[in-house]
Amino acid sequence: MLKIDCPFCGVRDESEFRCGGQSHLIRPGPHGQVSDETWAEYLFIRDNPKGWHMERWQHIYGCRQWFNIARHTVTHEIRAIYFMTGQKPVIENDSSNA
Amino acid sequence: MRYSALSIAINALSGHSNWKPAWRSPEPKSSYDVVIIGGGGHGLATAYYLAKYHGITNVAVLEKGWIGGGNTGRNTTVVRSNYFFPESAAFYEKSMQLWEGLSRELNYNVMLSQRGHLTLAHNRHQVEMSLRLMNAMKLNGIDSEWLEPDDLRKREPQLRLDGRFPVLGGLMQDRGGSARHDAVAWGYARGADEHGAHIIQGCEVTGFIKQGNRVSGVRTNRGDIVAAKVCLSVAGHTSELAAMAGLRLPITSYALQAFVSEPVKPIVNTMVLSPSTGIYISQTDKGEVLIGGGLDMYPSYAQRGNFHTVETVSAGMLEMFPAFSRLRLMRQWAGICDVVKDSSPILGPSPIDGLYLNCGFGTGGFKATPAGGLTMAHTLATGKRHPLIEPFGLERFTSGALIDEAGASGIAH
Repeated sequence: MLKIDCPFCGVRDESEFRCGGQSHLIRPGPHGQVSDETWAEYLFIRDNPKGWHMERWQHIYGCRQWFNIARHTVTHEIRAIYFMTGQKPVIENDSSNA
Repeated sequence: MRYSALSIAINALSGHSNWKPAWRSPEPKSSYDVVIIGGGGHGLATAYYLAKYHGITNVAVLEKGWIGGGNTGRNTTVVRSNYFFPESAAFYEKSMQLWEGLSRELNYNVMLSQRGHLTLAHNRHQVEMSLRLMNAMKLNGIDSEWLEPDDLRKREPQLRLDGRFPVLGGLMQDRGGSARHDAVAWGYARGADEHGAHIIQGCEVTGFIKQGNRVSGVRTNRGDIVAAKVCLSVAGHTSELAAMAGLRLPITSYALQAFVSEPVKPIVNTMVLSPSTGIYISQTDKGEVLIGGGLDMYPSYAQRGNFHTVETVSAGMLEMFPAFSRLRLMRQWAGICDVVKDSSPILGPSPIDGLYLNCGFGTGGFKATPAGGLTMAHTLATGKRHPLIEPFGLERFTSGALIDEAGASGIAH
């Protein structure tokens, strides 16, 4: 069970949240000029790293706000929690990066 | 050695001390015609069919751990072909037909048990969708049958019909069922080895040898291996390996948990799936009740699950089978699933020359083991996609020709 520190509500159990997948995806545009390849990249292609992952979460059974988390996909350790408009945090490579 | 009643009798005379290993453990050579990464069911089946139908025996199957130790040994052993779209129906039905002859084909008992696969319908909308799926399956030449609650009571007497999610009926595929997953890996391994393929366990791929846009071999912890063609059959770890070759994929890896209880007398007759509780239940030949649920819904490479999913799955199981309230869970585990948005596999060549993909099966790759191997062997050998997998190419994510079984046949994840 993850304990997630919602920036608005404080620490809650993982079951109150929903993961919205990879964060920092920017919709390409303007729409008429986007190639099929760029659109497919935006819609479907994901980093899916074995290691640190920046992802969006929503506190669905709480404040319903979205925010970002830096989480390790093997250890599930959470290293940073930051707002949707925040910059990607720099995670120092460490031994837990399996 | 061919396995038979006679061979068992002969070996009994010497106290069963003279059985030979079912496959060799060769040292890797410096080059092969085809290198298959991943010694699960799909990879081993690919090696087997390469030898059997295409005469390509200079093949290595590289496995980081032990064969069948990944998702092949972690799934809930369901075999079925109840898909909606003609493309999926053709592919999975081919697999079903291969399953039906597999023990004889491999001379290895994969313990196929066609006890029936039952998908419950809990509300009017699920009833309508189930009937639609039933009709689509019949049009595609696949057996399917609608069961009213009275029929269900006869097939599954312990199933609760009037619970929180009342059961209004169920879609039955009688030819569906289960197979012993370890035996599938071992049977294909033995068959491939007999034909000369090398099965190399404890060999981890750490990178690719690339020349321009062509993969010409792999780097491993046991040295570099040159290969004309390399096939990825590594399920949940496909993104990680593809990244080593410079390829990004439409895959997200999630953990899927499963559970077995202590063994009990026969009580669950079919494979029962409930879309509303998200639970599927069957009973193994040993008597353990085998339970699967939904994914742990965030990207993960940890081959273990989270506790609240255990709680959800247990609650769902008790909703369907209240009689199991005192049943003790014996083991719990998780496998890493390569989930794509349309819940259909990615099969065929990749944008990188010499690199082929067998991935994207998500939570449902086990049933496709024979067809995945057969079609990938054809594709690797001839350089042309097998007709059954033409719709399942990576390019469908760009062209938009998705085969959305996630919605169509009610795949929960």
